[in-house]
Amino acid sequence: MRRLLGSRTAALARKEVIHILRDPRSLIIIFILPLIMMMIFGYAIDMDLKNIRLGALDHDRSPSSRAFLEKLHASPNFEITRRLVRRDEIKTMILSRSIRAAVVLPEGFGESIRQEILTPIQVIVDGADANSANIIINFLQAYIADYSLSLSTVHLQPLEVRVRMLYNPGMKSANFVVPGLVAVFLMMVCAMLTSVTIAREKETGTLEQILVSPIRKHEVIIGKVLPYVVLSFLIGSVILGFSYFWFKVPFRGSVLLLASLSLFYIFTALAFGLLISTVSPNQQMAMVISLVSTILPVIMLSGFIFPLASMPRVLQWVSYVIPARYFLLVIRGIMLKGTEIGTAWPWILPLMGLAAWFLLIAARRFKLKL
Amino acid sequence: MSNNEIAVRTDGLTKRFGKFVAVDHVSLEVKKREIFGFLGANGAGKTTVIRMLCGLLLPTEGQGIVAGFDIREEPERIKRNIGYMSQKFSLYDDLRIEENLYFFGGIYGLDAGALAKRSREIMERLGLWSRRENMTRDLPLGYKQRLALGCAVMHEPKILFLDEPTAGVDPIARREFWRLIYQMAEAGTTVFVTTHYMDEAEYCNRLSIMHQGRIIAVAGPQALKQEYGLATVQDVFIHLVKGQEE
Repeated sequence: MRRLLGSRTAALARKEVIHILRDPRSLIIIFILPLIMMMIFGYAIDMDLKNIRLGALDHDRSPSSRAFLEKLHASPNFEITRRLVRRDEIKTMILSRSIRAAVVLPEGFGESIRQEILTPIQVIVDGADANSANIIINFLQAYIADYSLSLSTVHLQPLEVRVRMLYNPGMKSANFVVPGLVAVFLMMVCAMLTSVTIAREKETGTLEQILVSPIRKHEVIIGKVLPYVVLSFLIGSVILGFSYFWFKVPFRGSVLLLASLSLFYIFTALAFGLLISTVSPNQQMAMVISLVSTILPVIMLSGFIFPLASMPRVLQWVSYVIPARYFLLVIRGIMLKGTEIGTAWPWILPLMGLAAWFLLIAARRFKLKL
Repeated sequence: MSNNEIAVRTDGLTKRFGKFVAVDHVSLEVKKREIFGFLGANGAGKTTVIRMLCGLLLPTEGQGIVAGFDIREEPERIKRNIGYMSQKFSLYDDLRIEENLYFFGGIYGLDAGALAKRSREIMERLGLWSRRENMTRDLPLGYKQRLALGCAVMHEPKILFLDEPTAGVDPIARREFWRLIYQMAEAGTTVFVTTHYMDEAEYCNRLSIMHQGRIIAVAGPQALKQEYGLATVQDVFIHLVKGQEE
């Protein structure tokens, strides 16, 4: 180790390891926190709607209208929780959130089905949550289309859609969200750890004491950051292990490839942490800046949850400087699709570019400050 | 005086922060093996001078030679030859005494053998040996101060810069600390020390008094007292500073 790093860098790295090990409380927090947040995110960001509560207002009360509703109730997506009698009940129910949507069958529903004439079915949806509303409408339309096909004796539609979902056939949200969480945590933890550890040395004056020694700038940076590369790598492995064994997220690609490409991401995140440390005068500031500048952008602007393609142009531009954007492609690709190095390497280039940029600014500011 | 008898020499050394002149054309000479006291009120510019001499700050104007090297051109070589102890005893609280010594020795490139030998030597000489396993945060202030001194001399520097090394420490610990400074000077180290305790000034071989960025007097404590016909350095200091303000 000494020979590989040079004795001054090794001295710094060794001291940093002592700091980490002497503070088991923080160590536990940075390992446990991701797991807790994973439980929250993994289950809460569940975009699969199941058992959507519906109200049904049946003006027809015929055997066929009852059959329609019974089948709807039996489908896995829906559950008819309220049989309504009056129209004005719908609003009250939606307001009190006892139902998310209501289906209204008109008088003469059974009759017009029998005569095979166009039968309107009204669907009333709680639009306050636009995302879920869309999903509910899609589900209902699909259900109704299926139902009307099953009624007609001949297949009137010449075309039929048969979907085969690749890579995430069950459309499990966890498969999509959990790998993304790895990107979020690594960024947050790396940026925070490095910025706080350097800010602490500034605060206590030990940085000044280090700088009067003949140690070089790059030796300070390497010695300081290296222990955190190892630590972040361990954290990443724990999160991945948890997502594989607990959330049963598939791992189709090469573990080795993901591990080695993760190093690039960790490196970029640490460089960002270094940059933060050069602008924060103390530990609190470093902590706040790293939380604000990692969590929000990574969650909102990296494609973690919200698709980048549907964002305004300006936000799309911003997303280009967010390292998680590229790592998300890497980790989702490798885990869910088994992406190989041939496909993945172009995503690494912008990461390296960002890392170089962060380091350059940080190194410059580092010199100016001291 | 020949050049190889000089440890520190500055010529018109000046530092401005924006419009504020922190150090105003300071010229001084410190001889080898001398204990050179740097007196001045808080904010007189003592720390800024020391920081320039240690290569932590670049001067705005003027020249400086430390241990034979130019402070603008060769700060790296200066750093190998000096030890610096800053005002706040910058130590790692979560490291043991020995670990702090190892770390500061390590960043000067000492190898494992030298680290073990030097740290033992220092702990014995500074009376830290019995508490070597103690965590730094649990040490009384006097011990922390001696440990900070020990960390600054792990690499056996030729010149030692001490920036208010006794601030906040009780009188007995202060006397003990000065005994150590004498020992080091006798062993051949040049000591450049700032203080605002006037009793400490009496211990120095030579003194310079700094006021608002400028040096207003340089001489030995005896010479200063005789020149102004006053009993203590404190009286001389007050007399000079008042004279400046009038």
